This record gives sequence, structure tokens and C-alpha cells, in this order.
Amino acid sequence: MEPTRSFQGLILALQRFWADRGCVVLQPYDMEVGAGTFHPATTLRSLGPKPWKAAYVQPSRRPKDGRYGENPNRLQHYYQFQVILKPSPPDIQDLYLQSLKAIGIDTGLHDVRFVEDDWESPTLGAWGLGWECWCDGMEVSQFTYFQQVAGFECAPVSGELTYGLERLAMYVQGVDRVYDLNFNGREGDEKVSYGDVFLQAEKEYSRHNFEHADTDMLFAQFKMAEAACGKYLDAGWDKTSNARKHLMALPAYDQCIKASHVFNLLDARGVISVTERQSYILRVRELAKACGEAWLATEGGSGS
Amino acid sequence: MPDLLLEFFSEEIPARMQAKAAEDLRKLITDKLVAAGLVYEGARSLVTPRRLALAVQGIPARQPDIKDERKGPKVGAPEQAIAGFLRAAGLASIDQAKVQADKKGDFYVAVIDKPGRAAIEVIAEIVPDVAKNFPWPKAMRWGASSATPGSLSWVRPLHSIVATFGPETEDPEIVRFEVGGIASGDTTRGHRFLSPGAIKVRRLEDYLDKLEKAKVVADPARRADIILTEAKTLAFAQGFELVEDAGLLAEVAGLVEWPVVLMGSFDESFLKIPGEVIRATIRNNQKCFVVKKPDASLANRFILTANTEASDSGAAIVAGNERVIRARLSDAKFFYETDLKIKLEDRLPKFSQIVFHEKLGTQAQRIERIERLAAELAPLVGADVEKTKRAARLAKTDLLTEVVGEFPEVQGLMGKYYALAQGENASVAAAIEEHYKPVGPNDGVPSDPVSVAVALADKIDTLVGFWAIDEKPTGSKDPYALRRAALGVIRILLDNKLRLRLSKLVAKHYGVMAGLVPAIHALSSAKKDVDARDKHGHDGGVSSDLLAFFADRLKVQLRDHGARHDLVDAVFALEGQDDLLLIVRRVEALGKFLETDDGKNLLAGVKRASNILGIEEKKDGRAFAGAPDASLYAQDEERALATAVATAKAEASAAVAKEDFAAAMSAMAKLRPPVDAFFDKVKVNADDKAVRENRLKLLAEIREATRAVADFSRIEG
Repeated sequence: MEPTRSFQGLILALQRFWADRGCVVLQPYDMEVGAGTFHPATTLRSLGPKPWKAAYVQPSRRPKDGRYGENPNRLQHYYQFQVILKPSPPDIQDLYLQSLKAIGIDTGLHDVRFVEDDWESPTLGAWGLGWECWCDGMEVSQFTYFQQVAGFECAPVSGELTYGLERLAMYVQGVDRVYDLNFNGREGDEKVSYGDVFLQAEKEYSRHNFEHADTDMLFAQFKMAEAACGKYLDAGWDKTSNARKHLMALPAYDQCIKASHVFNLLDARGVISVTERQSYILRVRELAKACGEAWLATEGGSGS
Repeated sequence: MPDLLLEFFSEEIPARMQAKAAEDLRKLITDKLVAAGLVYEGARSLVTPRRLALAVQGIPARQPDIKDERKGPKVGAPEQAIAGFLRAAGLASIDQAKVQADKKGDFYVAVIDKPGRAAIEVIAEIVPDVAKNFPWPKAMRWGASSATPGSLSWVRPLHSIVATFGPETEDPEIVRFEVGGIASGDTTRGHRFLSPGAIKVRRLEDYLDKLEKAKVVADPARRADIILTEAKTLAFAQGFELVEDAGLLAEVAGLVEWPVVLMGSFDESFLKIPGEVIRATIRNNQKCFVVKKPDASLANRFILTANTEASDSGAAIVAGNERVIRARLSDAKFFYETDLKIKLEDRLPKFSQIVFHEKLGTQAQRIERIERLAAELAPLVGADVEKTKRAARLAKTDLLTEVVGEFPEVQGLMGKYYALAQGENASVAAAIEEHYKPVGPNDGVPSDPVSVAVALADKIDTLVGFWAIDEKPTGSKDPYALRRAALGVIRILLDNKLRLRLSKLVAKHYGVMAGLVPAIHALSSAKKDVDARDKHGHDGGVSSDLLAFFADRLKVQLRDHGARHDLVDAVFALEGQDDLLLIVRRVEALGKFLETDDGKNLLAGVKRASNILGIEEKKDGRAFAGAPDASLYAQDEERALATAVATAKAEASAAVAKEDFAAAMSAMAKLRPPVDAFFDKVKVNADDKAVRENRLKLLAEIREATRAVADFSRIEG
């Protein structure tokens, strides 16, 4: 599988590269999220003292970015390849550059640069410093040193790499329209393009996201997810032990993810006003913070 | 004398932070050197995306020796006090202390010799201290050490530190210290891709030289120079001219260690998009320059600065950048064409959902206020009322367009393009662009009356609004750019020689605001009631306070043009001065007058009169106001002065009424001989009480008369 000839080849090359560097290669989280960062393998695992290295593909949903399949670059559903390294290793930049080489980007031929880009996720109560990585003027990855997640200082700091897979594939395949990407690396009759796989979905979901998503249901779902998150968090504190222990951080966090995605759908439907928008973001952040706090009191988060 | 070389080698430093970091490093280190008695000859800082460096030349090898005197207890003080003193001063016995005398008697003084330390030791303390407290705008932690509280913060992970110290003729020594687990040394690295190996460096020349060989230009000014020269040459070679952009140049120079300038092109058809949009797209998103044709229109070329010498001479890099720019321009073209499909006025309803400021209502309300005020201003500035209203209504609509959403810096300009495209009158279209002007001190001032009316209305609405909710600028904080708005009003009025009674206008607009936006929450409800009843009147001091702000801004403006600020004060101190153009004319006339002998002497005379009055009024605890009694004049000089004062007052007032300030000053000038003669021959503090009082009243008259042109007591000198 040549990484420069097929979309799946690119994914496999990245997985192999990071697997060889000791990462746990996970599969996508089985919920709708806006970015790979939402996966508990990043959000929650970046909290607490335990070392952690993971890599995974995460389908990311950005309902507002739908363009009915008409824009060559924008998608409401796309793939991120996410790498999380905790603590951030001293040679993380070199590792990243080697990974580019592994997918066919030769720094002897291309201009690779680290351009300032500070990252902040208001809904996750998270921020970090880093760069967007440019290859010949195209942003191909995000590189972030997490400083705070869910309102908590990261100790130690994790390094997060996010590859925009479609863009990267378009670059290495020399394709200008995302739907023209070769997905499976075959030619002729056997070739399957990105459009063959996803174009219909982009059209259908654009209609759904902008026109038909049931807003009454979504408003109700938001409230339900918010309430459930709080309920699970309350129930999760271990009352049998004197130590501050939490036993249900992960299920609670699922509800936080749910609320965040429902909010994104409502936002795409244009039913949330400017002032309300801020308060929804704050509500999700409160959930994220409470989940982070709970996670830090679990075995995974405490290092105990 | 020895030189110091420092280098902090890190991951990529944001371009926008580099210049300040270089200056901070220079200042922090050299200040501490000087404070430690190490006076140096010269210092130069350097910065690239991956390194922050400093060379300090001519540092003495040692600190000077100093003698420290420490005052101790009195001779004969209790044993305990003496012992404590010896301990603190580090003396073995009291014999080692000197005895000195002061008013209270003899006391001990310890003279402590402090031998200077070797400079290298001092530097080894200074540098870590500076590094640990370096003022990065945003710093971060990283790696395993970040698990420990108090770990080093730097702008991005720090990898190595060079610190060498030594005289020119010898191999320098390493200044030994450790920061955040990094030990100082004498090796750095070259270009990330072209020469990644370790390099041993000694001093500045050697450092620059070796880095250059390792494909790093350490001096940011030289990198900028290389980029500019090569970009110009590349453009020129193809018959084009580079569109220079100093901000972009500095940024690009901060993104590369080894600039390689290349040219790419894009499809001609994109040139249908307004040039400013093409430029904004290419500049903001891709950090590339654009080039223009001899006719000043944009060419379908761009200039990029790579950070590497590629093995194919940059063919792949250019091709890659062209693809990205094509995609970006496609987006821009799509935005532009989408925008053209919606008429500007059809965007208006959306403004009622957009909050301008929580206490000042929605954008729709603001637009309504601006439209009303612009219409009120239109006849005063010679603008057509209907065109002005139309322009005011459309002025903000481009904020809702896709292009402006993407590139806020083309606000106004896009509005103009869209207005022209939908067939608006040229003045209306121009006003949409120009109503933001002047944006900065070097920006032009609108002159088309429609633009002037809308520009003034926009700014006055902003000022009155933020004054009403008490969000005035304080110190260096001016988040709503209110100083700029006031200065804009001043420049528009003065440059266009426009007469305007500001206080009336402000008071009325405040009333409108209170009516339109009952939500000016900051106002007490009582105050709001008053405003609602009397829209021209009470405004809680807002208009007088805002006028004082205008006066301050005017002073700054006039001072920048060489006028004396005290003259502005002298004019503003008069009643009802709210017409900026007249104030300036008056200040000019006053300034000219005070340069003449008549002016100087009259000023001296008036000041003398004021001083005497001040003293006598204080002495008597009363003011000497009111007309003097002619029958009490005892000397000719008194009578002459009284006549002259009356004449000058009448003539000056008449001239002021005709706004002929030069004539008013000439009338004042006639006061000088009788004032001089009066002080020469007449004793103000006459023995006769009635005569004294009368003479003091006459002095008060002088002061009063001059107030026709200015408050002379505010004038300095």
C-alpha cells in the first residue's frame, strides 16, 4: 500500500510508523465528535501523571462545514489521524518529520515549516501552544503541546499531533478535489475514489445538518445528555472509600461528547443566537471540567 | 576585554514575538551587567525562528572592588549590640571598626572590602535568572520535567544554550550554568534540514560565520533584506513590480533561517476578484507577496519565501504553493460571487440579531442612530441628505458578507465594490469605504461631503455611546479606540474647514441614544427619566466631559504640529468653546500675537495685573469686580487705561463676532502702551482705600477685556 497512491495506504503508513514508535494503535471512538482531541484517549488520558502513547484515526464531524459535496476542500465528515505522546518526548519534532517522510514527503524537496498556531478548545476548557505544520504552503498538521485540559494543568505536558488526512492525501496524490482521491489504490474498474465512498454522504448530511435535523429533538437531547452527565458523575463518586475515588468518569464523559455534538448540530441549524451560543459552550465546558475532575480520581487518571 | 556570546536554541519561535524577544534579551542581560558593575562596550542581539542570541562586547574580566561602610552602634553600647554588629559586618573584633562622630556622639563603622568577582561567575548567575523570568507574551511547559511544579517555561521547548566568555585573542570559556535541566555549552545546530549537525562556536564573528555556512542567516534585518532584494529582482525580471509590504516582510523573515525566494503564478481568471481580496488571501493565508503590472493592477503572480534549498531548485515547492493558492483564490472567488448575489440593503434585517455592545443595543439600533445623526449633519457639511442617509444605512452591511467575514481588513472597501456593483451613486459607494477614515495618523481624511457626514456620525455615535455607559479610555487602555475616533472627528473638521457646534450635537445625540436604547443600563433610572423629558438638556455631564476629551485630543494634535498646548488651554478656558475650527483659528492668531513685542508685553502686563489682584483679593478676602468709578481716577494714566480697556473690549468683541481673530489681537495690542504707562506711573495700593479699590477694579477690567480673546492666565511664560 503506497501512501502516495491511496487514502488507505496513507492511513496504514501512519499507523505503522507510530506503532513502531511504541504507540498503542487504537480504533476510532464510537461516538460522533468534532475532532480527534475529544476521544477519551486524548482528552482524559492527557490528564494525570501516567505516561501514555497512542495513535488512531478519528472520523470528525463538523456539521457547519458541510457544502453539499460542492466544495473541493470542505467536508462535514472527515478523518483526522491523531497521535498523543505523554510526556512530550524531546525529539517529537523529529519524529513528526520522520512520519512525513514515511508518507512520502521528502524534506529535501519540500518546504516544511512550523508556523505559530495556538490551540484552544473553549468547549473542552483546553489550550496549548504549538504550530500548524506547513508543507509548501499547505497546512498538513496541527502540533500542540497541551498546557491545560478540562481546566486542569497538564502535568506532564502531552504532545499532540493531528494530521488532516484528506488534505495530506490530496497533497501526496496531487489531487485538487477531495472526491477525486484514490481510496483503495487500484486503477481502472477496481479503483474506488473518496467520492465513491463519501460524496453521497456529504450531500445527505448537508441536507440534514442545515435543513432537517430535528431541532426540538436536539434541544431535548442536549438537556438529557447534560443531565445524564451530571447524574453519572454524582453516582460515580465512591462512597464506600474515604479516598476520593471516582468509578464512572468514562460513561459520564460520553454524555459530555454527546452534548458537544448536539450543540454543533444546533449551531449548524442556525437556531442558537450569538449570546446563547456562548452559554452553550460554557455548559459543555462545565461538563468537560467535571469529567476531567472525575477522571483524575480514577485509576487511569491518578497513577495509583 | 572579553566578549560574551549567548544563544538559546529552541523549537520554532512565533515570528511576531521575535523582535521583542531579541530586544528584551539585550536589555535584561546588559542592565544586569551594568547593575553588577560590569560596564560593557556594545551589545547586539540576533534572532531566527529557532534561536535567540546575544553578543556583548567589552565586558571587564572582573567586577571593580568596592568598599562598603556599615554603620554600627554607639561607642560604649551594650556588649550584646556590639557583638551583633561584629557578626553582621563579619569583623573579628571591635578594633577592626573605625570610630566616627556625629551630632549624637561617637559610633562604630565597619569598612568591608568587597573584592570584585570574576565576570564569568557573575554572568553565570545573571543568565539563568533572565532565562527563568523571560517575558515571553505566552510561555509553555513541556516534556517529562513539566510534571514537576516550577519547571522552566519558554516560548517553545528549549533544547540547548550556548554561553561563551573570553577575550578576542584566546579561546573563550564556557559560562557554566544550568537552566531547566539544560547545561550551557558551546555547541549549536545549523539549518534543520540543510545542515542539522552540531557546530562548536566561539564568539560572535565565528558564530555568524559558521551559522552562515550551516545555512542560517542569524541577523533578521539581513534576512529581510535578502528577501526584499530577491523578490524585487524576481518581479523585475518578468516585467513586474513587487507590491511591498513591510509587515509581511518582517513576518516572513521570522519564518525562515535560510530564505529562498521563488515565484509562482495563478490563473488569470482570478484577477476578476478585487485586487485587495487577492492580496489579502495571498498575504494572510499564505504569507506571500503579490506583484503588479506596469499599469498598477495585480499580475497573476506571487512571491513565496521558502526556508530551504530544494534539490529540484524549488519546482515542487512552487507547484505546491500554486495549488494551495489556487484553492484559496477559488474560495475567495466563490465568496465574492456569492456576496454579489445579495443586495446590501437585504442584509440589514440580520443586524437586529447582532449585539453591538450589550449596553448599547444591537447593530441595527446603532445603524439607525448613525443614519439619523448623519442626516442631521448633512446640511451642516454640505452633503445631500438623501445620499447621506442611504450611505449611512449601507455603511456597515458589508460586515455580513463572506469576503469581509474572511478578511476583516477589507471592510468598507468591499462595501464600496458591492455598492457600485448594485448601481449605487458614486458618493454613496465612496462613503461606505471612507466612513471608517481616518484609521490612523497617516490615513487620509474623507473630503466628499457624504463621506464626511457618515464618518462624523459613525465616530460621534461611538464616542457618545461609550461615554454614556462610562467606558472611557484610561491610561494605555482604549479597547474601543475612542482616542482614534475623537482624533478622526478633529481631523475631518479641521482638514475640511468645517464649522460645527459639538456640544449641542453631542447633547442631542445623547438624548436620542437614551430614547432609542432605553437599555443604557449604566444610567440610573432617574437620569433616564430626565433624558426622556428633555432631550437637549441634562446628560449627566456627558457632553462637557466628552468636550474636554476633544480638547485633550486637540491639544495632542496641535502639539504634534508645533502649537503650544497652553494656548489651547487658554482658548478652551473661555465659555462655550465647542467649535474646533474656530478654536484652532483663535489659537493660531493668539500664537502669532504672542510672538510680537506687543503680545509679549501685554501678556506680561496682564499677568502682573492678575498677580497683584490675586494677592490683594486674598489679603482682603474679597473679589474686586464691577465697573470702576470714573470720578475716583486721580491720574491721567488711569483715565487713559480705562478708555483703552473699553475701546479694546469693544473692538475685540466686534472682531471676534466677525471671527476675525487677527483683528481681535490687534485691538488687544492697543492696550499695551496704557497698561505699561499705568504700571509705570500709578501706585495701585494707594493709601486712600476708595482709590485703591478703584484701581484694583481697573486691573480686573484688564483681565476681563483680554478674555475676549483668551484666558491669559493659562498662558505660560
